[in-house]
Amino acid sequence: MVDYKDPKSTIAAVQVPSEGEAGKTGSWRSFKPVFNPEKCILIKSEKARCHICWMFCPEVAITKSRPPTINLDYCKGCGICSTECPHGAITMKKE
Amino acid sequence: MELKHESNSQATRGRHVEILTGNHAASHAARMARVDVVSAYPITPQSPVVEKISEFIASGEMSARMIRVESEQSAMASCISASITGARVFTATSANGLAYMNEQLAWAAGTRLPLVMCVVTRALAAPWSVWTDHQDAISQRDTGWMQVFCEDNQEIYDTVLEAYKVAENDNIFLPIMVCFDGYILSHTTMPVELLSQNEVDTFLPSFNSHLKLHEKIDEPVGVNPVTLPDPREGFPGYMEFRYRLQKTIEKAIDVFEDIERDFASLSGRNHGGVVRGYKMEDADIAIVGMGSASSQAKKAIPHLREQGIKAGVLTIRLFRPFPKARIREALKNVKQVVVFDRDVAYGLEGAISAELKSALYNRKHQPHVQGFIVGLGGRDFKTEHVIHGTKMAMEYAEKNEVPDETKWLGVDK
Ligand code: SF4
Ligand code: SF4
Repeated sequence: MVDYKDPKSTIAAVQVPSEGEAGKTGSWRSFKPVFNPEKCILIKSEKARCHICWMFCPEVAITKSRPPTINLDYCKGCGICSTECPHGAITMKKE
Repeated sequence: MELKHESNSQATRGRHVEILTGNHAASHAARMARVDVVSAYPITPQSPVVEKISEFIASGEMSARMIRVESEQSAMASCISASITGARVFTATSANGLAYMNEQLAWAAGTRLPLVMCVVTRALAAPWSVWTDHQDAISQRDTGWMQVFCEDNQEIYDTVLEAYKVAENDNIFLPIMVCFDGYILSHTTMPVELLSQNEVDTFLPSFNSHLKLHEKIDEPVGVNPVTLPDPREGFPGYMEFRYRLQKTIEKAIDVFEDIERDFASLSGRNHGGVVRGYKMEDADIAIVGMGSASSQAKKAIPHLREQGIKAGVLTIRLFRPFPKARIREALKNVKQVVVFDRDVAYGLEGAISAELKSALYNRKHQPHVQGFIVGLGGRDFKTEHVIHGTKMAMEYAEKNEVPDETKWLGVDK
């Protein structure tokens, strides 16, 4: 754990993102991400590594699991996962 | 291929002298510092710094990655991103290019990234000018960057190497500008002794970032989230970060001097630390300036001394952090100080003279200080201006006058 009182460990403002850090951002959503498992590379191949969606989601609403899951309580509907997924496995649908 | 062969041999050359412009002295220092990433946008008179680096990369003498961008704002943004990942980064700019970076400069300092940037000083438009003064660098003095001013090409090469060592010091982690006069140094050739690559590697070990993001590829973090007015559970507030920034930059004066001593014992060259005196031992009058202004002042000393005026020159090398205590120490025996600013803190006076007064205020020894604005937009700052200004200042001091309005030399009023 970082000691936040220790100036050496907080030279710059760094935040470990966590689910719900900014409240229940799920209420902001007008588009929701829909996961299409048949297109996700992790489903298509057991050996594949990806989790680009997990890496990019600013709300930590996507899990680093196989397959990834999306927590709609915190997903704010920004669409970044859908844009970044190289396999078109996440599509945005109007709520 | 032939080019590559020829240039690779340079990497193994020992210490040797080359005839270099100030710009190319900076490029060689960046090459020998084993910089990982360079991102810059061309602007006169800086462009040759980065052009030379791109030649080094093309010929295989330097393995840095060059990120080409469409503006200085993006150049600084790329430098910030690269530095966050733990890369050693270099850039260079001038004048309006530097002004265009302003917002990103504050991000770099607030994130405590040890970037090294050469600022080849040039007048800020408008009207458009490509010639030297110090307005561009001075206008960025409150961004949290350290700033050093150089007086010759050897000093540029040496200072870029020292700058990395100061910036990356684990008690510092702050960005630094190495400033030198456009054309007067940037395009003038002088002999510059380059150290051997081995010597540079010993002096400057690889950069160990405080963020260490490259070690945490599986644990993403957010850098610079919204930081609240007050600290909250486990996280400092905005003011705590800014307090640490100021306390750190205050410490940089000692660190800079230590590193200068290390560098001097390695290279045999000593640039005087944070301030440098010339004929100051017995001086009654100190003439203060930076970069080309101080070089010109030195030329006037023999003439002043011939006329019985015991003057010396105090060159301010480190402008940020402003070395108040070292300046007071250097001025403790003088009766009078004359400052030549190639900049204006518009609406006040020359920046150096204002800051010098604040360093002397509330102290027992308060010599008379008179500042002059000189040499803007490449206007020649001449020996006769130094002599004339010094004599004018002596008259004010004699009459105990401290005029409120600014005094300008060499301008058609
Ligand atoms: S749309 Fe995708 S990236 Fe955006 S918050 Fe929701 S899950 Fe995360
Ligand atoms: S980015 Fe797309 S392919 Fe990759 S894990 Fe996420 S959903 Fe699957």
